Amino acid sequence: MTGSMDLPTKGGFNFDLCKRNANLEMKGLKLPGFLKTGTTIVGLVFQDGVVLGADTRATEGPIVADKNCEKIHFMAPNIYCCGAGTAADTEAVTDMVSSQLQLHRYATGRESRVVTALTLLKSHLFKYQGHVSAALVLGGVDCTGPHLHTVYPHGSTDTLPFATMGSGSLAAMSVFESQYKEGLTREEGIQLVTAAIRGGIFNDLGSGSNVDVCVITKGKTEYLRNHELPNPRTYVSSKGYSFTKGQTEVLSTKITLLKQKVEVTEGGDAMEE
Amino acid sequence: MVGKNCFAIASDRRLGVQLQTIATDFQRVFKIHDKLYIGLSGLATDAQTLYQRLVFRHKLYQLREERDMKPETFASLVSAILYERRFGPYFCQPVIAGLGENDEPFICTMDCIGAKELAKDFVVSGTSSESLYGACESMYKPNMEPEELFETVSQALMASVDRDCLAGWGGHVFIVTPTEVQERVVKGRMD
Repeated sequence: MTGSMDLPTKGGFNFDLCKRNANLEMKGLKLPGFLKTGTTIVGLVFQDGVVLGADTRATEGPIVADKNCEKIHFMAPNIYCCGAGTAADTEAVTDMVSSQLQLHRYATGRESRVVTALTLLKSHLFKYQGHVSAALVLGGVDCTGPHLHTVYPHGSTDTLPFATMGSGSLAAMSVFESQYKEGLTREEGIQLVTAAIRGGIFNDLGSGSNVDVCVITKGKTEYLRNHELPNPRTYVSSKGYSFTKGQTEVLSTKITLLKQKVEVTEGGDAMEE
Repeated sequence: MVGKNCFAIASDRRLGVQLQTIATDFQRVFKIHDKLYIGLSGLATDAQTLYQRLVFRHKLYQLREERDMKPETFASLVSAILYERRFGPYFCQPVIAGLGENDEPFICTMDCIGAKELAKDFVVSGTSSESLYGACESMYKPNMEPEELFETVSQALMASVDRDCLAGWGGHVFIVTPTEVQERVVKGRMD
């Protein structure tokens, strides 16, 4: 019975362990915290397309788990999505919709539209009534022009010329509200996005480290990973720690030599019977 | 922790129920294939169940594809298996380490619902993770040879678990290079 449960499942979530987990929590076992993204994510529409920006800190409670994670996810060659909230949810939901968009592209033979991605995301999130905690800023350029949307964990969406999400959204929105104007050029757009993310990085505790930027225009997407590094590490010891060999006390050692594996390659002639 | 064409994966050896110690030789780092190891921290029963499930899936993969799984693929598999139980998770945080294409070291860790966190230097998990972050951050150097890597990993592990009541009782360190696997049991404080 346990064996058959592990065969390829039909999709969706598996709720087998819920009852056991509820009992364990009653007995006092605390569920380990989930990796959250903290985050400042922003997007804005400029004259030729869309610019998306994100910080790169992933937190686990008050501890920084990852100093340089990627929050701008690929959806389609012309559509990217920034994610805030529970890290596993944003990754899973964006991967899933990205695969669905690819299948849709094969079926229709056309470039994906941003509203397609939007509808797929909002219907999935609404189905789970907000328990899939993913807050997203979706942006892209398709045949109908540049689009920017925000998606909330419960499934509501907004269509906006500039948007911010995440714990640092207020800091970033203050920068946008003071400096945004219609018809920005590419350089002005990137500068404004980095200024907004920097606002989040320095003023919000849940956001930090570096700035990632993604510029999407008709026919071209540029992902500027680590576009700005305003927080370099300054306390590196020049000598570092150096441990002499044999400093650690070892109780037992076992060395196993690895056998060379023979790789079977395709391409040989068919066997003659 | 990543070294020069090699990696190290290490764990402590205590198995306990809150403050009572049940065993001092509990294995938490498991081999998936010669160049891929997974360490599972958290609830011991979930660690063992998850390990058995993963070995099962890897063996099926080996039968179908006639080769071992690449570490990146395996990390995606673990992430999918954990996310499947998003609303009733395994109480387990894995640390995955392997040698990929051209024996490039690959490490990653995940939270209990499968959020992958790749790193180029080191990854940590468990009750002592906060101390481990600090110790590894200061002791890590890029491109360490296997001997130096062993010393660094052991010292970082021992230093961190000594500050954690729930972990310790020795350390179990694996150093994997393209040609051999060195498995050592490190002496630690038994308190």
